[in-house]
Amino acid sequence: MSDISVSVETAEPFPASDEQAGLLGWVASVDHKKIGILYLLNALVFFGVGGIEALLMRVQLAWPHSAFLSPGAYNQIFTMHGTTMIFLVVVPMLLGLATYLVPLMIGASDMAFPRLNALSFWLLIFGALLLYFSFVAGGAPDAGWFSYAPLSEKPYATSSGLDYWALGLLAIGAGTVASGINLIVTILALRAPGLTIRRLPLFVWMVLVNSFLIILALPALNASLVMLLVDRELNGHFFTASAGGSPILWQHYFWSFGHPEVYIMVLPAFGIISEVIPVFSRKPIFGYAFVATSTVAIALLSFGVWAHHMFTVGLGHTWDIAFGAASMLIAVPTGVKIFNWIATMWGGAIRFSVAMMFASAFLVLFTIGGLSGVTFAIVPIDWQVTDTYYVVAHMHYVLFGGTAFATFAGVYYWFPKLSGRMLSETWGQAHFWLTFIGFNLTFLVQHVLGIVGMPRRVFTYPDLPGWGVMNMISTLGAFILAASVLVFLWNVWRSLKSGEIAGDNPWNAWTLEWATTSPPPVYNFTQVPPVRSRRPLWDLAHPDKPDWAA
Amino acid sequence: MHLPSPFNPSSPHALATAHLFTIVLWLMAAIFVLVTGLVLYIAWRYRRRPEQSEPRQVFGNTTLEIAWTVVPTLLLVLIFGLTVNTMSTVDPPVAQEQADLRVIGHQWWWEVRYLKSGAVTANEIHLPVGRQMLVQLEAADVIHDFWVPELARKIDMIPGHPNHLWLRADHAGIYLGACAEFCGMEHAWMRFRVIAQSPAEFEAWERDQLENASSPDLPEARQGARLFQEKTCVSCHAIAGTPATARIGPDLTHVASRQMLAAERVDNTPATLAQWLAGPQALKPGSLMPNLQLTPDEVQLLVAYLETLR
Repeated sequence: MSDISVSVETAEPFPASDEQAGLLGWVASVDHKKIGILYLLNALVFFGVGGIEALLMRVQLAWPHSAFLSPGAYNQIFTMHGTTMIFLVVVPMLLGLATYLVPLMIGASDMAFPRLNALSFWLLIFGALLLYFSFVAGGAPDAGWFSYAPLSEKPYATSSGLDYWALGLLAIGAGTVASGINLIVTILALRAPGLTIRRLPLFVWMVLVNSFLIILALPALNASLVMLLVDRELNGHFFTASAGGSPILWQHYFWSFGHPEVYIMVLPAFGIISEVIPVFSRKPIFGYAFVATSTVAIALLSFGVWAHHMFTVGLGHTWDIAFGAASMLIAVPTGVKIFNWIATMWGGAIRFSVAMMFASAFLVLFTIGGLSGVTFAIVPIDWQVTDTYYVVAHMHYVLFGGTAFATFAGVYYWFPKLSGRMLSETWGQAHFWLTFIGFNLTFLVQHVLGIVGMPRRVFTYPDLPGWGVMNMISTLGAFILAASVLVFLWNVWRSLKSGEIAGDNPWNAWTLEWATTSPPPVYNFTQVPPVRSRRPLWDLAHPDKPDWAA
Repeated sequence: MHLPSPFNPSSPHALATAHLFTIVLWLMAAIFVLVTGLVLYIAWRYRRRPEQSEPRQVFGNTTLEIAWTVVPTLLLVLIFGLTVNTMSTVDPPVAQEQADLRVIGHQWWWEVRYLKSGAVTANEIHLPVGRQMLVQLEAADVIHDFWVPELARKIDMIPGHPNHLWLRADHAGIYLGACAEFCGMEHAWMRFRVIAQSPAEFEAWERDQLENASSPDLPEARQGARLFQEKTCVSCHAIAGTPATARIGPDLTHVASRQMLAAERVDNTPATLAQWLAGPQALKPGSLMPNLQLTPDEVQLLVAYLETLR
């Protein structure tokens, strides 16, 4: 059989040219840059929606015994706030940055599977529409973003909200798995000559590890969603005790997805920080191998810690101790990262652009979230503070103080590449300080609220000493945070219209995306510079002392 | 009223957690100060000066890497030891002991049954000071969670998966508790209280609770008693000594002796009881107590009767 004929696909991908203008040019595009921007726009829109939901909750909680929202409305809104922020904001925002940047950072002209890329995005939109359609189809889901059985089962969640929730997340989940596969293949197969795995920019490294997390964790969620749908629509009983099922099973399934999901929402943020801090400190990342390896360690450990969400279930001390120990271990590779970022700044010539301000604040705020995270691994402390406002505070320090601050750092850093124009530093500083103050005002006090006994997911609370005051402070902070978002939107708007022209490489950065024009052409590069180290553009700028000779 | 905080411990179990939590918080504070101090110092010391050229390019240092891997690991080993050591004090193992009381979580109230004496109440748990009681926790519908921060760890109440907890209060007083697992519409008003009394007071209370309801003397209350049996009240509630024996809602045999109404939603007074009977959905929307469309007169008669149930 030696006469195998190799057929080369010559058909041009649809659309034949990407020059289509207007809305169709966006809807029909398979260009990773347009799809990346669509992801970011989707995240921005739902950040607004989820933010308004948060404000409604904060208004309701500003006073004890408030009747601003009915309990039913409150429960729908907090469920939708969590689901929206996780599935429609944080993950899409990180996938958007990855989709836009990864091909550019590895010197490729697009993702490995451009049409699959578009499918992933449009599945996200489809899922988002399904989820929000529930509001007009008889009521939004109201069992929390975790939808514990049997509360999520038909007898207790009687509206169709939970069905839309499960179907919407299934669509989004399928798209996310496809993105993970696409990113892995792109990174492994399409790197420019010379760009070995050990020379990958750390953002790409973290996206690669993250993509493996996605393809291993999301299927657990998708499978459990199908089981929940079977229970609800076909009278199955996977999760109902009265018919021989187990409500605890749902928790195992959900958290075996849910805890890796936390790292899915954090690892790319680590990647952003690992790009921004070196460039603005004018030094290479300190301990590249340790930063990359610690990411792998976090990813592996993240699959062995899910039951720390279940210490109150009564699994027995042996299990609690085992999962507590594994959860504590995650602090080690995370701490390694923090210290490496600090060491990168040490001895640098730090330029406090707005991107660097957000990155520095990230170090402090994420440390708070990380430290309070360790307290949950200490089983007796978890037995007291879990399911209180202490958890709400902790997880917002991780996801807002961590991921959102890192993303803002990334947006200020890469906006010139995406748009060709600089964001205003003046408006950016106003944005930063309002965000920093509003965020801490909202969430710092919630640690205390949890410690003085306020459970989470309550639509109101008794008038105990201090509870009302602390909730009022938190609500005021939330409005400052909302104002900061308006400042950010204004900055984006005015900068797109009349921002300073960026040029190819406004920050004197070192990775490949800065070697092409801003914004890049459809095909990304006319010529990819030679890659002989982790910082190809440093080598070009400093032929006297290139990294590869160091 | 003292706050329901783990830092106000009133039992050996809660005290052990408070000690551990205090140590850990100081440790965390030290690490936070170290990291924040470094970031602030670096931000000041290494900010870029005008016309400064590129700084020295440093790629890493293996000794440092090993140091900041090993030191936190050792710290965690220490914390882990403290954790394991504390767990058995906080949550002592249960061997073959018989439970003293069974608490069953319902949407959105607590059924409390003293297994040895047979006393039944709702939404408040009476304890003799200093005596350790073994509580068996169950759920009637969805998952709830039993949490009295000053006395014990929190623990879930799961359908088909009974849990156990040692409950003890070392000082007389009222300890607030709450459901800590989201359980639906009125999760916020699924609260309760533990009333710790001297052993004599507790025994007196328990004796009172064991008595059947006596038939009321006043004509208004007698009419109310009749009304209670005629209306749908009896399909959900029990009053010992009468034909009402249903166990869907709280047992009302001694309802007037309780401090709070509707799982801590309001104080238990004739006025709030009337408000509750006239419009349960206005007071606690979503509550499984339906609006019985009672006339104001009927409400007054029922209140007159229920207030005799001490």
